[in-house]
Amino acid sequence: MIKNSAAEMSAALSSGATTSVALTQAHLDRISEVDGKVHAFLYVDTQGALEQAKKIDDARARGEKLGPLAGVPLALKDVLVQKDVPTTCGSKILEGWRPPYDSTVVTNLKSAGVVILGKTNMDEFAMGSSTENSAYGPTHNPWDLTRIPGGSGGGSSAALAAFEAPLAIGTDTGGSIRQPAAVTGTVGVKPTYGGVSRYGLVAFSSSLDQAGPCARTVLDTALLHEVIAGHDPKDSTSINAPVPQVVAAAKSGDVKGMKIGVVKELNGDGYQAGVRQRFEESLELLAKAGAEIVEVSAPNFEYALAAYYLIAPSECSSNLARFDAMRYGLRVGDTDGASAESVMNMTREVGFGREVKRRILLGTYALSSGYYDAYYGSAQKVRTLITQDFNKAFEKCDVMVSPTCPTTAFKIGEKADDPLAMYLNDIATIPVNMAGIGGMSLPSGVAPEDGLPVGFQIMSPVMQDQRMYSVGAALEAALLSKWGAPLLSQAPVLGGVA
Amino acid sequence: MSALTYEDVISKYEPVLGLEVHVELNTNSKMFCGCSTIFGAEPNTQTCPVCLAMPGALPVVNEKAIESTILIGLALNCSIAPFSRFARKNYFYPDMPKNFQISQYDEPICVNGYVDVEIETDEGPQSFRIEIERVHMEEDTGKSLHVGGSTGRIHGADYSLLDYNRAGIPLVEIVTKIVPGTGKYAPEVAKAYVAELRDILRALGVSDVKMEQGSLRCDANVSLRLIGSEVLGTRSETKNVNSLRSVERAIRGEMIRHAERLNKGEKVVQETRHFQEDTGLTRSGRSKEQAEDYRYFPEPDLVPVVPDAQWIEKLRAGLPERPSLRRKRLQEQWSVPDKEMAAMINADVLNIVEETVLLGADPTKARSWWLGEISRLANEKDVAITALAITAKDVAEIVSLVAQGELTDKLARQVVEGVIAGEGTPAQVISARGIKVVNDDSALMAAIESACAAQPETAQKVRDGHLPAAGALIGIVMKETKGQADAARVRELLLGHLGQSGN
Amino acid sequence: MSSLSRDDVANLARLARIEMTDQELENLTTEFAVILNAVARVQEVATTDVAATSHPLPLKNIFRSDVVIPSLTPEEALSGAPASEEQRFRVPQILGEEA
Repeated sequence: MIKNSAAEMSAALSSGATTSVALTQAHLDRISEVDGKVHAFLYVDTQGALEQAKKIDDARARGEKLGPLAGVPLALKDVLVQKDVPTTCGSKILEGWRPPYDSTVVTNLKSAGVVILGKTNMDEFAMGSSTENSAYGPTHNPWDLTRIPGGSGGGSSAALAAFEAPLAIGTDTGGSIRQPAAVTGTVGVKPTYGGVSRYGLVAFSSSLDQAGPCARTVLDTALLHEVIAGHDPKDSTSINAPVPQVVAAAKSGDVKGMKIGVVKELNGDGYQAGVRQRFEESLELLAKAGAEIVEVSAPNFEYALAAYYLIAPSECSSNLARFDAMRYGLRVGDTDGASAESVMNMTREVGFGREVKRRILLGTYALSSGYYDAYYGSAQKVRTLITQDFNKAFEKCDVMVSPTCPTTAFKIGEKADDPLAMYLNDIATIPVNMAGIGGMSLPSGVAPEDGLPVGFQIMSPVMQDQRMYSVGAALEAALLSKWGAPLLSQAPVLGGVA
Repeated sequence: MSALTYEDVISKYEPVLGLEVHVELNTNSKMFCGCSTIFGAEPNTQTCPVCLAMPGALPVVNEKAIESTILIGLALNCSIAPFSRFARKNYFYPDMPKNFQISQYDEPICVNGYVDVEIETDEGPQSFRIEIERVHMEEDTGKSLHVGGSTGRIHGADYSLLDYNRAGIPLVEIVTKIVPGTGKYAPEVAKAYVAELRDILRALGVSDVKMEQGSLRCDANVSLRLIGSEVLGTRSETKNVNSLRSVERAIRGEMIRHAERLNKGEKVVQETRHFQEDTGLTRSGRSKEQAEDYRYFPEPDLVPVVPDAQWIEKLRAGLPERPSLRRKRLQEQWSVPDKEMAAMINADVLNIVEETVLLGADPTKARSWWLGEISRLANEKDVAITALAITAKDVAEIVSLVAQGELTDKLARQVVEGVIAGEGTPAQVISARGIKVVNDDSALMAAIESACAAQPETAQKVRDGHLPAAGALIGIVMKETKGQADAARVRELLLGHLGQSGN
Repeated sequence: MSSLSRDDVANLARLARIEMTDQELENLTTEFAVILNAVARVQEVATTDVAATSHPLPLKNIFRSDVVIPSLTPEEALSGAPASEEQRFRVPQILGEEA
């Protein structure tokens, strides 16, 4: 049952073939069984999940009209606050904090009847591409436990790949939904910026952060997308317009006549051979399905990484200033005679990990007087150029595509001491965040050389998210008929339950 | 103490001022969240994830606060920026939950205005133009209570207790350009400027402008330069200036302090100083080892404010008359002597008197009620006049009843008392208390006859033409009728009765 | 220009309120040399004729009406406080300017 898609689980719940309590319990059992190896979860809310499941079962028994995902379990990235449930963002500085309020994403999930199993592991404050930067230890890739599950949302992607949950929420600032999806053989979508409320999403980089749906199929991702998306007056940057019809697009999967733009600059040197091979193969399948493949150029994408590593640290240096030991979270060094300032200094030294401190200082520098124009100001201009590149390219195509990342999952510890090499992982995902458009990663097979999953990225214009779902669904269907079974069936079996 | 007199200072130096006024707006809710702004609530009862800077919370701009700021800009003759943005001002301080303040940096909402103020000089009234550099929006901080130590002040405290009710209340900062050329009148000009701002803000209805509660706060920048010099001196910034009188004292004090240093060949330190109400002097704030770098950048959680012309014009159309002009107009219309006018302004009754006059009351009568009896009762109860249960309509009605002879002045005072005591409208008080002018001549005649019978000798004196003796008889009649008779009518009837009509 | 001394890094740590060990300062000084060199590439194309984008969407004038909504209870507000007293957040002595 746990290997089914969320849509199948939903059908089983509607028909009475199973109950939400049974389904939730099955996932809780699976978590007990495998999470010791995977470490996808930071907190499992056994009681809360079962209570919510019971509530949904009772409502269903009363004949209440329920949404398509009512009673289906979900794993929530620990960067979104849920009332009374510990939220750490993978950081020691928030250890033990229980928020007194719900994020809008959680409010939407609750009102759709989704069962939240618990909070998933992540790079501290979403800064990283491997989940190694969690203060609570790394998450392991279910395909190979010695490898990273991607990051920052490695807990959510690993939970999906290990069948600990059929649905998950991630957040994507530079690729933190899509890159983990790519390296774990799952699906992840970064919606258009402003499509999903950021209220209650603990901010890393406010102008780039976006929460989004993660699942094992394109349709499941779309179903979850429609649950969490929509205008929120509590988020000033939320778009006040109807949610794109992504479920309909995922169901039809029609790409006939669509123009698919291959980004010249995101497919060359530095991309692993197997990654390129799977990418080419997917393009052929899409062409066969009736799409027209064109080449587009985005000359300024090569500056995206540099701009990103100025904008995101700058915003984070300000966003993370609130973690100061005064109102919540960790407090260190509050001895007799200590000043508030020294307690702040010590708490932030002890409470933040190495990467977070690195980025806070980098951002502090980029914003400081005398350097603002050279760094932060210039990065903002690059942002304009990248957006212009997208706008020009979208005149020639409906969606743009690339491999999601240059390589498959690397070994835990392999890049821990080389921040620049780590940052390069996000080279193909970052431009999407810079322009605020939508991006999806879905599995395109495994690389022959290492047998690890490869991700295929689809990018669609602002508030045209349905386009990437059409293309994703078409490709998924073509690949499935080629493979005969979902890609994840090729992953090693972690536990006894199948 | 100081050997230097103010006259010594101004004979050698020219003061240059710069004034920054912070105004707390009187919106119902905070700048970026829906928490209440009521003053004096229990600690931390008006806080939420947004104003406590809980992880994940986001700000949303209060539209009324933007409107109030635009109104202030318009009233100060500013241009309203077609595009303005919020920016984060980054610095750590425990009373500021986010450790950045949402403010405005290089794109403020209003720029380039002016205010004219008039002061009394040796050569008579003189007008000074204070140029406004900018008017921008920001948010207030929380309040800290310092516990332990001996002084109750921040230094020496063992720890602090924080209440964030005030955190996030909308603040407008009004910054002047440098103000040269005020010479020896600098302290008076500064005071007049803050007073004029207060009146403008009050007329706009955008703030409570209570300096004692901190809803209007002034920081005064002062520097001196040798008379005739073009080069600006080093300035000090004095904070905590929380009354109009303090504005004047602080600037005067700083001018003397600067001059003393300069005369001794010492440098003025560019620093923040705190005004001490008790001594009238300023004290150096703890100087920071290194200058702060606020690292301003556009607030990514908020979008730009782009007011369209229609919105601005609608707000402009609703602007009240400039307080200084209005005062002049009313003084002329009502023929009020200068001293009385000043008294009305001081007692803050101008608005209500005007309202009473607009309801038909005679300006002099309306003024004398509000400034006299009603002010006295308000003082007695120690409340603001506006907090009393009496309205302009009530007073207009009372004035009209007196004019019609329905009430005597004495009875009218009883009615005022009744209305203030919450007994209802004047009509209700009159009927409930049975207050009535006795103007039934036959009733009065009976009382007069009985008075004359009681004091035949006095009555005779009147008959003999000794009119002052009538007073005693009138007194008896008034007592008999419990003061409800019109004394003038009593006199008229009495004199007629005693054969002295026509006098 | 894209190189920072150890003292520069120490000053950034002071601005960011992070106490740092000598070792951390050393490491960051070395890392920043590499990182700043990489990110300085933005200056190659950031010419004066290019406008800055601070926000991905061209939104403007997003406001809320001036309506009071219920606050947290003081218990909720203080629930995460490391220390509290008299319904207030208790913090170590504040040095610096008087508010």
